[in-house]
Amino acid sequence: MMPYFKFDYFGFDFSLVVAFIIGIGFGFALERGGFGNARILAAQFYFYNMRVLKVMFTAIVTAMLGLFYFSWIGWLDLSLVYIGDTYILPQIIGGLILGIGFVIGGYCPGTSFVSASAGRTDGIIFILGIIFGVFVFGEMFPLLEEFYNSTNMGRVTLPDFLGLSHGMVVFLVVAMALGAFAAAEWGEKVLSKKSGRGVE
Amino acid sequence: MTSLTGIFSRKELKNEGKVFEPKPYSNPYVVGFGLGLVLLSAFLIMGRGLGASGAVSTVVAVGMEKIAPEHAAKNNFYKEYLGDGTTNPLKDWLLFEVIGVVVGGFISGSLAHRIKRTTEKGPNVSVRTRLIYAFVGGSIMGFGAKLARGCTSGLALTGGSLLSLGGWAFMLSVFGGGYAVAYFIRRQWL
Repeated sequence: MMPYFKFDYFGFDFSLVVAFIIGIGFGFALERGGFGNARILAAQFYFYNMRVLKVMFTAIVTAMLGLFYFSWIGWLDLSLVYIGDTYILPQIIGGLILGIGFVIGGYCPGTSFVSASAGRTDGIIFILGIIFGVFVFGEMFPLLEEFYNSTNMGRVTLPDFLGLSHGMVVFLVVAMALGAFAAAEWGEKVLSKKSGRGVE
Repeated sequence: MTSLTGIFSRKELKNEGKVFEPKPYSNPYVVGFGLGLVLLSAFLIMGRGLGASGAVSTVVAVGMEKIAPEHAAKNNFYKEYLGDGTTNPLKDWLLFEVIGVVVGGFISGSLAHRIKRTTEKGPNVSVRTRLIYAFVGGSIMGFGAKLARGCTSGLALTGGSLLSLGGWAFMLSVFGGGYAVAYFIRRQWL
């Protein structure tokens, strides 16, 4: 029965080995996608290269369908997969701040590690920035604590929130992703013709 | 020099007056599928998703404890990452995963000849300006990620595929925040 770790197939120390191996796969995929390069990531926000959207939504759809089918067959106990609580306001405000940092800095935390390991100076400096930002947050935490813990909605998922079945939400997300892919392909074609800028 | 396997000799041939061109990045849908399988295997094996910013928090919290132990002990944020003292906070799942990310990125980059000491920027800004932006952007992102309890990996990717409400609200906000300021930063990239 999965998830294996929750059914004590192996102990904590071995889970760190698993973490390292899964991390290698994660870093490998990010680099393959071009996410070690800030220009590719930033291009998403100027609509001339939609790689971020394509990779992210394909990954989400793949993992989501996997979770859905594995739990439907009965191989996975989905209730044992950790889903963080929703703190709706801090997460919306935090997301907006993070998005601003994304365009200014050119990376997100995961991609900056790949960028740094591929030798990019801006990636290394970006990581120093994250460390500084986390430090500032930590020092300001006594002031922010109340907001940080506000609007806790618990472990709430889209099916709960929308009052739809799990399968229905999965279907809607797949449909939305396919629509987004079609729009992205079309948009890239139109924009690259207009500006003469290649997709790559 | 010849070798039994022929690997050395082939390498020598390639090196003769030939510069390794970086290979183009892979098809985004193929990459996305691969990334999805990595994420799915984390769910199936560990019962948890991926992450990145949490590893930085652990390092910062441990650093604060080394520099100012009393100060760190009073702070609930640092305490969350330091634990109750019975375990080593550096034996952290996300920290080991991020070390793997660095290694995996290097392997992929090496195979495609994309490892290079350079700074990624648009043609109209200096390296110095770009690095200042990188530091400022990183700081903003570090702060935002902590406020939201996760970053693009931990909340958007992981929460997104688990259909978490917070994950989706966060993901839409990230794109919203990015598109809202992109126009003002365009000089750096275009």
